[in-house]
Amino acid sequence: MKLSGWGAYPRIETELAAPRDEAELAEFLVRGDAVARGNGRAYGDAAIGRRRTLSTRHFAHMLDFDAERGWLTADSGVLLSDVISAFLPRGWFPLVTPGTKYVTLGGMVASDVHGKNHHKDGSFQTCVEWFDLMTPDGRVQRCSRTENSELFFWTFGAMGMTGVVLRVCMRLLPVETGWIRQKSIVAGNLAEAIRVFEDNLDATYSVAWIDCVAKGADLGRSIIMLGEHATIGQIPPDDRHRPLHLPVRGKLSVPFTPPAFCLNRYTLRAFNALYFRMGARKAAKQGGVSLEHWDSYFYPLDSILGWNRIYGRRGFLQYQCVIPLAQAEAGMSELMEATAEAGAGSFLAVLKRFGAQESRISFPMEGYTLALDFPASERNLALIGRLEDIAIAHGGRFYLAKDAHLTAARFRASEPRAEDFARTHRQFHPMMGSALSDRIGL
Amino acid sequence: MTKPPVLILGARSDMALAAAHAFAAKGHPLQLAARDAARLDAARQDLELRHRVSVTLHDFDVLDLASHAAFLDSLPGLPGVVICAVGAMGDQTESEQDPDLAVAVMRTNYEGPAHVLGLIANRFLARGNGTIVGISSVAGLRGRATNYVYGSAKAGFTAWLSGLRNRLARHGIHVVTVLPGFVATRMTEGMDLPPRLTAQPDEVAQAIVSAVERGRNVIYVRPIWRLIMAIICAIPETMFKRMKL
Ligand SMILES: Cc1cc2nc3c(=O)[nH]c(=O)nc-3n(C[C@H](O)[C@H](O)[C@H](O)COP(=O)(O)OP(=O)(O)OC[C@H]3O[C@@H](n4cnc5c(N)ncnc54)[C@H](O)[C@@H]3O)c2cc1C
Ligand SMILES: NC(=O)c1ccc[n+]([C@@H]2O[C@H](COP(=O)([O-])OP(=O)(O)OC[C@H]3O[C@@H](n4cnc5c(N)ncnc54)[C@H](OP(=O)(O)O)[C@@H]3O)[C@@H](O)[C@H]2O)c1
Repeated sequence: MKLSGWGAYPRIETELAAPRDEAELAEFLVRGDAVARGNGRAYGDAAIGRRRTLSTRHFAHMLDFDAERGWLTADSGVLLSDVISAFLPRGWFPLVTPGTKYVTLGGMVASDVHGKNHHKDGSFQTCVEWFDLMTPDGRVQRCSRTENSELFFWTFGAMGMTGVVLRVCMRLLPVETGWIRQKSIVAGNLAEAIRVFEDNLDATYSVAWIDCVAKGADLGRSIIMLGEHATIGQIPPDDRHRPLHLPVRGKLSVPFTPPAFCLNRYTLRAFNALYFRMGARKAAKQGGVSLEHWDSYFYPLDSILGWNRIYGRRGFLQYQCVIPLAQAEAGMSELMEATAEAGAGSFLAVLKRFGAQESRISFPMEGYTLALDFPASERNLALIGRLEDIAIAHGGRFYLAKDAHLTAARFRASEPRAEDFARTHRQFHPMMGSALSDRIGL
Repeated sequence: MTKPPVLILGARSDMALAAAHAFAAKGHPLQLAARDAARLDAARQDLELRHRVSVTLHDFDVLDLASHAAFLDSLPGLPGVVICAVGAMGDQTESEQDPDLAVAVMRTNYEGPAHVLGLIANRFLARGNGTIVGISSVAGLRGRATNYVYGSAKAGFTAWLSGLRNRLARHGIHVVTVLPGFVATRMTEGMDLPPRLTAQPDEVAQAIVSAVERGRNVIYVRPIWRLIMAIICAIPETMFKRMKL
């Protein structure tokens, strides 16, 4: 069957299997040319096997919870949304979460996901105590910082190339309420936005939405949203008797795939301008401070089911790079100029400060990360190539969980660690293979 | 307010497990019954951990009629709701060659479920309340060459549920007949089913919860099936017998 990632681009032929238990999984895995697939939220082709794609959807049991330490042990196919539904009412929240809760724990390990608190808490790796990994020979090994530690560290960010994660033991964060105290700050341009981030490194969460249609003096104008878990005393008195009982919000859905012309540069311009004005209004009220439901703060897009279809049948691509601190401002402004000039502004342009991070092959490094999305068209593919070259010229690298476009040559140019990665891959696990690993030349 | 326990027969089925999650999420304790119930231990732990309800496991074989009463006695309490997901598709061609195999399919889909639900119905009647949910099939609405052994048993089960509902309605006991179209489960794994007509186990589970809560009688899960079956049932027999369906 043809399979694609969340961006519906590209669509690639593969055999999809959903083994029911470890024995069945091992049977598929030893045949080689396979990769695991969690909930398919990677945008591009990371979760599409070279020949076989192994869904983890039947590995979805929660196994144990240590309420003293907040350690949850669960199968790799468990969704983060289910972790929240089960444990937020008990006062626990994921320590690190991506911008959608519909990801599996296995996918979070493989992409070593980051959240809005990366500058403070690091990537998902931080809160993983251990995991069990099935390597392509069918063996299962416990991996932690002290046991099979090389395998442990190489698995984070390796996009499934070390094998299939079966179970994960992760640490959750104790919280008093399900509310986030948000502070919105308007920045008139990129330099200002970066200054706001640098001035607020002690905020737990920070992220900026950028109006990527704005040009000239307004280039990089943005709304920066800082956040802290609200304490009981900070939420409205009426809500204090049930501070944690906040179920997932209702859902709207995009009922059909709209024709691509709905999303042209005029609607984009209007959307960006409107969003900016709304954000600015919020920032002007009550010192910019507001209380947000956890679901709308962390997962604004999750309430629109199937939003990925707004870009039409051809699908869309994400571009996400990180540029090291010293070159961030120069690099980001070049990226934004190129985007604004192409008139290809994206609906969702997100800027975020990363903290320092040690890793074998994970995406984050200290600096700034920018994420943009573009409908799949010849023009935009060419633009993405230009954006990749700009990032590379500034010492940047790319998030493979979002990528659908990087070539082997550009991957190597962006990644001094590419050779190590390829060597490790060949040494330990030559039998794993995905459309992504083929494309970037592992 | 404590919620009444839900007994699930054939609890290893994907549909049954989805229903278990849906009811547990609403706070109902569960009694899971299946052949070799110990194999459901990971599911039990998962349900307890996620939903903080108590879950008990019970060995149950629908074909062992003599054991049914003792099985019911062994439960921690008489449930408020019972869901029967037991069923077996069998292999139509093999059933044609070997009538004994056909009988096993008939007994699993009709005789066994009717026997155990009959006992439960009488206990509900004595207590004065309860809800019985039977998972039957649209295959029972008209016999087709490709699966009439299974279909005939489901037809019997559907008629039996309808009669039971008629008998117990005035006594405060509710009977729900579930006629799911295609559902993506172990039973249909590897079949090439049209996605628009194929429900996920979760959808069936939600439909069952809402049918129990709202007292609905016969549900189809995906509404399109009501239409499809109306058309299939309206085809004159002279034409139908020549068709390949
Ligand atoms: C709206 C949206 C917002 C996002 N925001 C962020 C964000 O803020 N930060 C961030 O870091 N990411 C973000 N992402 C990306 C997402 O977190 C990652 O792509 C994540 O890996 C998806 O998890 P999944 O279960 O869907 O995995 P899939 O997409 O199915 O797979 C992703 C990768 O993980 C591998 N994999 C999956 N399961 C296993 C397993 N059990 N064992 C080994 N390998 C496995 C696959 O082979 C593949 O390489 C976002 C995605 C979306 C759609
Ligand atoms: N899938 C569909 O498209 C579809 C459509 C319409 C109706 N249905 C009906 O939906 C119900 C659930 O089916 P499913 O799709 O989830 O398939 P399934 O996994 O095959 O479920 C059938 C269940 O019946 C149990 N069972 C069989 N014989 C038994 C016996 N002698 N004693 C006790 N339990 C027995 C099986 O238990 P074991 O695990 O021990 O084998 C299994 O758990 C069935 O009644 C089926 O007929 C299914």
